[in-house]
Amino acid sequence: MGIAHKMAKKQREISIAEFFEKNKQILGFDSLTKAMVVSVKEAVDNSLDACEEARILPDIFVKIESVGKDEYRITVEDNGPGIVRKNIPLVFGKLLYGSRFHAIRQSRGQQGIGISAVVLYGQLTTGKPARIISKIREEEVAYEIILSIDTKKNAPRVIKESPIIWNRDEGTHVEVTIRGRYTRGKQSVLEYLQQTAIVNPHAQITFIEPDGRKIIFKRATDTLPQPTREIKPHPYGIELGQLVNMVRSTRTYRLTSFLTTEFSRVSPKIAEEICKKAYLYGDMRPQELTIHEAKRLMEAFSKVKLMAPPTDCLSPIGENLIKKGLKNVLGSLRPGFYAKPITREPKVYGGNPFIVEVGLVYGGELPKDQPVRILRFANRVPLLYQQGACVITKAISSVDWRRYGLEQRGGEGIPVGPAIILVHVASTRVPFTSEAKEAIADVPEIREEIELALKSLGRQLKMFMIKKERKNKLSEKFFLVTKLLPEIARKSAEIVEKPIPPLEPVISKIMNVVWIDEDMEKIGKDEVKIKVNVTNFIPKELKFTLYGDYPVGSLLETDGSPGEDYVKWDVKIKPLERKVFYFRLGDAGGYTETNYYVDGINPSVVVGAEPLPGDWNIRLETMEEILEEEENEEEEVVEDIEEMEDVGDE
Amino acid sequence: MNSEEALKKLYEIAEEIYNDLQKGDVPKMKLAARTRNNIIFNNEYGVWKYGDAKITRSAKKLDGAYMLLRTLYVMEFIKEMIKSNKSSTLREMYYISEGWSLAKFHSQDESNKLAEDLEVITGHLREDFKLRPEEDGASVIGNITVEEINRKGEPRRINCRDDVGDSGYLIPYNVEKEKLRFVDVDADFVMGIETGGMFDRLVENGFDEKARAILVHIKGQPARSTRRLLKRMNEELGLPVVIFTDGDPWSFRIFASIAYGAIKTAHISEYLATPTAEFIGITASDILNYDLPTDKLNDRDIAALQAELKDPRFNTPFWHEEINLMLKIGKKAEQQSLAKYGLDYVTDVYLPEKLTELGILH
Repeated sequence: MGIAHKMAKKQREISIAEFFEKNKQILGFDSLTKAMVVSVKEAVDNSLDACEEARILPDIFVKIESVGKDEYRITVEDNGPGIVRKNIPLVFGKLLYGSRFHAIRQSRGQQGIGISAVVLYGQLTTGKPARIISKIREEEVAYEIILSIDTKKNAPRVIKESPIIWNRDEGTHVEVTIRGRYTRGKQSVLEYLQQTAIVNPHAQITFIEPDGRKIIFKRATDTLPQPTREIKPHPYGIELGQLVNMVRSTRTYRLTSFLTTEFSRVSPKIAEEICKKAYLYGDMRPQELTIHEAKRLMEAFSKVKLMAPPTDCLSPIGENLIKKGLKNVLGSLRPGFYAKPITREPKVYGGNPFIVEVGLVYGGELPKDQPVRILRFANRVPLLYQQGACVITKAISSVDWRRYGLEQRGGEGIPVGPAIILVHVASTRVPFTSEAKEAIADVPEIREEIELALKSLGRQLKMFMIKKERKNKLSEKFFLVTKLLPEIARKSAEIVEKPIPPLEPVISKIMNVVWIDEDMEKIGKDEVKIKVNVTNFIPKELKFTLYGDYPVGSLLETDGSPGEDYVKWDVKIKPLERKVFYFRLGDAGGYTETNYYVDGINPSVVVGAEPLPGDWNIRLETMEEILEEEENEEEEVVEDIEEMEDVGDE
Repeated sequence: MNSEEALKKLYEIAEEIYNDLQKGDVPKMKLAARTRNNIIFNNEYGVWKYGDAKITRSAKKLDGAYMLLRTLYVMEFIKEMIKSNKSSTLREMYYISEGWSLAKFHSQDESNKLAEDLEVITGHLREDFKLRPEEDGASVIGNITVEEINRKGEPRRINCRDDVGDSGYLIPYNVEKEKLRFVDVDADFVMGIETGGMFDRLVENGFDEKARAILVHIKGQPARSTRRLLKRMNEELGLPVVIFTDGDPWSFRIFASIAYGAIKTAHISEYLATPTAEFIGITASDILNYDLPTDKLNDRDIAALQAELKDPRFNTPFWHEEINLMLKIGKKAEQQSLAKYGLDYVTDVYLPEKLTELGILH
């Protein structure tokens, strides 16, 4: 916030155009391709924020047209609440004007330079004004305003203003012409919109590229994000400049009441304590605080024990919607595995609440031999630049992914494999490395949260790979006993001229597992019937207990014994026998699959269920051991280098 | 006769598979492990042969099941060939397997390997199964006269110096006595040469006549027939055999397979290997002594050298010294790098020096 005020002050002294020219980099207009992305981003972020605040499902239209060499017209239109007529010139024609600058809340706009900077950039590079149409529900007509910015006064200059008939009930339409370059691929408008669609599954985004190609990111959910709440600043997270501003604008008369009313988590008792530690009178007028005294107050803040700030002001995307968003946008890559996304509990760094969310997809058509793709988000806004400097990248690099089945040289750095890792950091104040707001700073608290979340994704990934490997091995065995073995029997019988022998005993010896899988049947919208198939491929009768721990829904009926959130069956099964159990669930619209556990049987001979009990780690280790055992069964050790020896022999 | 016996052995395998199935057991085959760790020195023949370690190919595993099924198909195929008095190349068998549905080979490596496995199991040579390799073009130049039974069944005499062109006498795949007989020889030793370029250089420089040598182009890792021919010349004609290769780990292995026996064919080492063969170079010491142009060892080279230090066949002071030296200097050299000193250097200086050292030239 500090720099914003410094900037605001400077604007009075120097021409805003000059300032802009000098600070192009900070503002994100340092290259033509980047200027294009930043311009679209500012407009779209505004639209999303406005819709969210008004509790409207966003429908956003983005169009880029080429209008000359390196000159493009960007149009962004939304179905948001619109802007009242008298504010339109200020929003688009005055730098650093906006409702969110002083609010402590999780919002996209917090990281932008504002749409007015885009208007100014367009004006400076093409000489063309911006065109705005906006309509609010309460008015009959929309207003069309063509404006530019008076760079001397940092004030809007309205060129034309007229009421028009518009086919929308409400919404805003922005047209800016800028000097830029349109590209596809990495760090492009398309990538920005794609990533925006992933973390905003409630938004529908239509995009028309300069060549006329139309891309629609469909809405994946009708659930709007939780509204974010504004909170008062917490003393631990305040900066001096902000404190000075607060004492200047407060309506309180006493320092103690200033502290209790303008800050969160400061009780009257603590306010007294703070004043005492700052050697200040609680009765003094806060407006009279000198810079010196303010500094003492800051020091006193750090000496008192305070409750952490409230965290319910944050609005995470949520595990369910992250998965939906990833599926919606990346579904065409057909990943083999979507890890269950993780939304961590809110935590606090330096007085600022934050929350970390992660997601991961794996397999499918993702490239196997390239570093994993990292999707970084801060308050639902994609971060496309400065990947290396970001705490998200650092956290990913410091996790040893080799343990979880990805390649990684020396166990650090960005892992290699067919995966996409998504990390979202939401906070009332995201600590960016610089004013360009392209990377999140390496704050230990945030890094730790990200690492913990990633590790838990990693464990899921490993589990998936182990399961997949076992399944592959078993489907090989299935092929072996159903295709190869009968052929061996047929051919050998033919050669020795005897009848084909029965194969069942050999089949069960080869398989030597109990196979458990399920079939799901949807009944109506929310009801599912799960059939649990158990086949004994072990050449002896078995008795064990099977548990099914269903992820969602309520149990309606089963042929097993119902438990609190699981079903239990006592299984007694003969060699080569197949038994089918079942249960029915209600409220199970989001049903994916049940976790099965077995007891009273060596878990290494069971496929499709894990041993009971045991926490995640123990289970994982046993799985690994089993796999290792299987590997050791390999009788023949092939020595790669050795094999080279006789290549030429023939 | 041999074929009938070989077929009987194969029939026994089929019978065993059938009996296993009937008893309710998983069918399997046992054969000697064909790895570096399972070769031991055979005192009787002076070569390295397989030890007692066995591996089991069982139908429990995909590979094993495929092998059993293919063995049954191959057996049927061999039976047909014996009946109709035909033979086929390994490559033809690979293509014929196209019609074997599930048992079809996916690469010729697979079919070659199976042919070797069957040799190991039955103790018969693949020739007994009517299978033969393709010609590989290894050739001989030198004053030796051989008599080969040509495809019309007539004996034909060939002097490998006077009756051949620049490429020399091509070694047939079958070099056994019934096919190839030595008639006359006027030479002091046999030299196997790894690369075609060096073979041509020695021929052009008239080294065969100058040094009274029989030159054999072994074409990289030599085929069985080339190794067999070297051994026959050594044993039957009493000629010393020297091997001249590049100076790198892979060439060391070429020499090892000629002199000590190859790991893949250790079941017939006594038939293929020439235990008295000598390595003439390029050694790591040569690289230093002759100051030869070199290339850096790559990772695979280094791994190969390290594997050789663990290879029982290389467990001699000479080899350990040379291998360690190569690792130390981190360099390898080609035979043809001797051309640094001129085209005649190899025949005028290098080889005479090395051969004198070995006591072959005086």
